Amino acid sequence: MNPADLRYSSEHEWARLLDDGSVEIGITEFAAESLGDVVYVELPPVGGGLTQFEKMGEIESVKAVSDLFTPVSGRVLEVNERASDSPEVVNEDPYGAGWLIRASLDDASGLDRLMTADQYQEFLDSQAA
Amino acid sequence: MSGLMRELAAGRRRLLMDRSSPGRVGATLPPPDVPEQELPPDSELREDLDFPEVTESELVRYLAQLSQFNFSIDHNFYPLGSCTMKYNPKLNDEVASLPGLAQIHPLQPDDQVQGALRLMYELQGYLTEITGLAGTSLAPMAGADAELAGMLMIRAYHHERGEAWRRNVLIPDSAHGTNPASAAMSGFDVVELPSDAHGDTDLEALRASVGDDLAGLMITLPSTLGLFDSNILEVVRTVHEAGGLVYGDGANLNALLGRVKFGDLGFDVVHSNLHKTFTQPHGGGGPGAGPVIAGPTLVDYLPEPVVVRRASSDESAAYSKGRPVKSIGRMGAFHGNFGALVRAYSYISTLGREGIIQVSEDAVINANYILSELRDCFDLPYDRSCMHEVVFSARSMNRDHHVSALDVSKRLIDYGIHPPTMYFPLIVEQALMIEPTETESKETLDSFVAVMKEIAREAREEPHLLHEAPHDTPNTRVDEARAARRPELRWRRREAAEQDQGGEG
Repeated sequence: MNPADLRYSSEHEWARLLDDGSVEIGITEFAAESLGDVVYVELPPVGGGLTQFEKMGEIESVKAVSDLFTPVSGRVLEVNERASDSPEVVNEDPYGAGWLIRASLDDASGLDRLMTADQYQEFLDSQAA
Repeated sequence: MSGLMRELAAGRRRLLMDRSSPGRVGATLPPPDVPEQELPPDSELREDLDFPEVTESELVRYLAQLSQFNFSIDHNFYPLGSCTMKYNPKLNDEVASLPGLAQIHPLQPDDQVQGALRLMYELQGYLTEITGLAGTSLAPMAGADAELAGMLMIRAYHHERGEAWRRNVLIPDSAHGTNPASAAMSGFDVVELPSDAHGDTDLEALRASVGDDLAGLMITLPSTLGLFDSNILEVVRTVHEAGGLVYGDGANLNALLGRVKFGDLGFDVVHSNLHKTFTQPHGGGGPGAGPVIAGPTLVDYLPEPVVVRRASSDESAAYSKGRPVKSIGRMGAFHGNFGALVRAYSYISTLGREGIIQVSEDAVINANYILSELRDCFDLPYDRSCMHEVVFSARSMNRDHHVSALDVSKRLIDYGIHPPTMYFPLIVEQALMIEPTETESKETLDSFVAVMKEIAREAREEPHLLHEAPHDTPNTRVDEARAARRPELRWRRREAAEQDQGGEG
């Protein structure tokens, strides 16, 4: 199940608002499963700017290379070295240890442009139909 | 399999380094007839440099065994979609190895190689006629090289007209990855164009994407979905009206040979993968060739050399290498991959006009036969007649039985058939892309259909057979993820390799 406390984008990324006002970003379980075994993750540099819904990196699986899009605008505060070094963690725990970057948030209302867990589930169901 | 048989099978998979035995040699050298020399000091010598120590017979057996692990179109059916793995007639190889063609040098003066130049001139003519365009350069080394040439030609055209601001190149979402790469390498910005519900170009999206900044469109016809774009005339018209040019990726030319000409559809520049459409050993088996062929708008920009014929001069100097007046320059040092050009020339000459038409007809009929025979076993994302290849999906199979396109492909290996292309085009989930080509008989197709039906049954009733496949190969299911995550790129002593891999389960 997709955690209820996250917000989701139509590109299958999630954002988690942390207590200090920054957000953690990753890909959804659906994305991880569709991609198959992730073998390489290219993340933006710490300090780099992010523009909501634009490309922020790449993710490569045994099937294909796909773009990563950022669900929020802000600045990169931290990248998950573990996801770079051991990309299998993205498949194993996409909502936990498999997070990709932590970013500052330019504008909290950016989160309102994302889907709730229920809306994301509806979106997935409509895509599958 | 008994323990001993397993051991022997494992022995045949051992690498040469693992067959090494200290002190064993493959050659007997005469005693030295010069004084022995002191070696440099130990500090300058490496001790960790390993060489295999084997006898000549061990080496020969090793290589012979490796060659038997190989699979090619000469072994069996090879329906690898998008790659056009048709049978390559041996006559082409024979012609290409004639001393007069195989042993000439690209720096020889033109008057010594008139025959070779004439062959190139006539091949240029064949390709120009087949595509209905104005001129051909045989220079590019392969399809992607030709794409680069074509996009540089489009760029040179806009720059010369003082319209350097035309930076956008539209590319359908079903395209080969080389298309956006070639456009980007030529300095363009890539704009992705969606396909509509029928697999054709989405005309509304196209109209919304064209503007003053449009440089052109790169489109594969038939598309990588194996479909003839029913909107193609409107697509070309829309791009031209906006001042853009149309690049045709001729990867799937096999479906059109002798029936549809790119020139008649209004394309400005195309390429042909000679190694696919006009037969060459390819897919790890030999160099390709990717002539670029242009219509009247771009013919002067073709890369050099282009072979020209002077009508008035004497026969011994009739053919020479020329440079189109606005040429983008050279794609490589010499004339392109000449051996590949010879094979294509031999193939086209052998078939002639009638034969060429039959190629596309049989290729399309064979693919549609497979479509109609297997449509009940696999999902058909675009339910319409296909061209030279058919794209199925294992989506329902994956949902209902947890059997993926990968599992189906691996299981085909057990039946002695090369897997189809899978997970491409990217817009089809669980894609299985099957291209039978025209060189397969109905019996071969029927046998393939029977195998695919049996695999579909296995997926329902014995899915473990697929999950663990292949079973009957030197190596069974390989861990592709681990190979990509922790590649072992060179041989190391077993103990060292195991030590490094320790603790990773």
